Amino acid sequence: MEMMLLLFVLVLSIFLGFELINKVPSTLHTPLMSGANAISGITLVGAILSSGGDSSSITITLGTIAVFLASLNVVGGYLVTNRMLRMFKKK
Amino acid sequence: MILEVFQNNTFINLSYILASVLFIFGLKMLSSPDTAQRGNFVSSLGMLLAVVVTLLSKEIVSFQFILLGLIGGGVVGAIAALRIKMTSMPELVALLNGFGGASSLLVASAELFALTTSNLVAMIAIGIATIIGGVTFSGSLIAFGKLSEIMPGKPYLFIGQKILTALVILLLLLLLFQFCSGIFFAEILFGFDWINEQYALILLIALSLLLGILLAIPIGGADMPVIIALLNSYSGLAACAAGFVIGNNVLIVAGSLVGASGLILTNIMCKAMNRSLLNVLFGGFGATDSSSSSGEGKVQGDVNPINIGDSYLILEAASSVLIVPGYGMAVSQAQHSVRELGELLQDNGCDVKYAIHPVAGRMPGHMNVLLAEANVSYDVLVEPQDVNPIMDTIDACIVIGANDVVNPDAREDESSPIYGMPVIEVDRAKTVFVLKRSMASGFAGIQNSLFFKQNTRMLFGDAKESVSGLVSEFKS
Repeated sequence: MEMMLLLFVLVLSIFLGFELINKVPSTLHTPLMSGANAISGITLVGAILSSGGDSSSITITLGTIAVFLASLNVVGGYLVTNRMLRMFKKK
Repeated sequence: MILEVFQNNTFINLSYILASVLFIFGLKMLSSPDTAQRGNFVSSLGMLLAVVVTLLSKEIVSFQFILLGLIGGGVVGAIAALRIKMTSMPELVALLNGFGGASSLLVASAELFALTTSNLVAMIAIGIATIIGGVTFSGSLIAFGKLSEIMPGKPYLFIGQKILTALVILLLLLLLFQFCSGIFFAEILFGFDWINEQYALILLIALSLLLGILLAIPIGGADMPVIIALLNSYSGLAACAAGFVIGNNVLIVAGSLVGASGLILTNIMCKAMNRSLLNVLFGGFGATDSSSSSGEGKVQGDVNPINIGDSYLILEAASSVLIVPGYGMAVSQAQHSVRELGELLQDNGCDVKYAIHPVAGRMPGHMNVLLAEANVSYDVLVEPQDVNPIMDTIDACIVIGANDVVNPDAREDESSPIYGMPVIEVDRAKTVFVLKRSMASGFAGIQNSLFFKQNTRMLFGDAKESVSGLVSEFKS
């Protein structure tokens, strides 16, 4: 049953995503991509659970590398998006 | 006591819902230049909330490794983000996509080793997260290599490539079936009883990485915007699959939002090139010898070169100018000089617009970022469909390092590989200046009949030097 719930969420979010993004002007395509990329770093949540959990050393090792890569993704993604968006001005 | 409230599952899940809402609002606000920066901030708050709540959860027993990864990754990411040049943005985005994918792959792998009971749903999720994550990672690394010119940017094709790719996909599916079902063919056929899910996972990772490489190497530089958008989508889908692995809604929501946005961008890029995604992925565009398909029997005629002094005289008299930037502007870092020229033209009473083709450059919106960096107001940026109807009224077009996106063959020559692609119809303007290093053909390797038109003037040389030359003519 939980599986069905997750699938339900998946399908709805995909439709929501299409609705949300459809109206982005082409000027903002790059920041949209890097900003969305930062969001995909949400896998960090899973990485943290693996890295800090009470489990085997291999899980912890893999989890820690995942935390490293995901934080790089998140921090780098948000900062670079912000840097770009700061430049978009109307005069 | 208070800590227990925060560790409560209901509290954690409510926080994840709030984080998802913040992501949704953030993305929504990203769709307008006025609110975009705040949107990005809102979405980062969502991320912070999700991470902090996860750190509080009861399942976390030790923090030293988490902190190591968080601080290490955060510092490297921050340095990269603050140091990167705007012209190198496509490389950074490609790399970050790849890291996101790799992270999801690792989360899935880590979870396999943590599984205590065999669980079909979890195995399917782990398998899929591994495949998408692996393809995203190696594909992004190849894209990064091509964009940063560590690797040659030309499509890399070999005989039997499509067959090999198809074979790898087939093997991956077979392996995925074995991985999920626990029925190993090698055990049944050859009696390899030592084979288990963990070996299968390693093989699954290896094959996914191989598939990512196979999918990315045939993509040429001009098609990079498509593949970057597609990898962007994959990085989201990988996170989404990782969400199924750990049974976490926030990963599924955030991941599928990213997956959807990447797919939309991919679709926009494909439409802008009038090609299907399959054609982009497997067409090996630009690798074929295009001289046989276009311009072979046609007399192209001579080009009309022009010098900076004469160009100035024409521009000085123009009352409307359209600037069309392409990848060449990024290469020669000409965006600041271009902005200066645009301002001088405006001061001269001329109407100046910038026409940006969706696939100009190496990633979606590449030119917009560079012009924004150079402080060009975004409301003078126009899209091809807005400017083409009024092209006949424009006195001069200045094409700066763009090639395929202004090629008239897309409308005129049915045998051209880019026939049917929507282009900026600069050849219909009264005069077209083409700033170009030499007569070498563009990235896609296609002849451009624009260079041989009556009203075209070729201003040879480095784009930045030519534009700076025009700027100093205006100032003197």
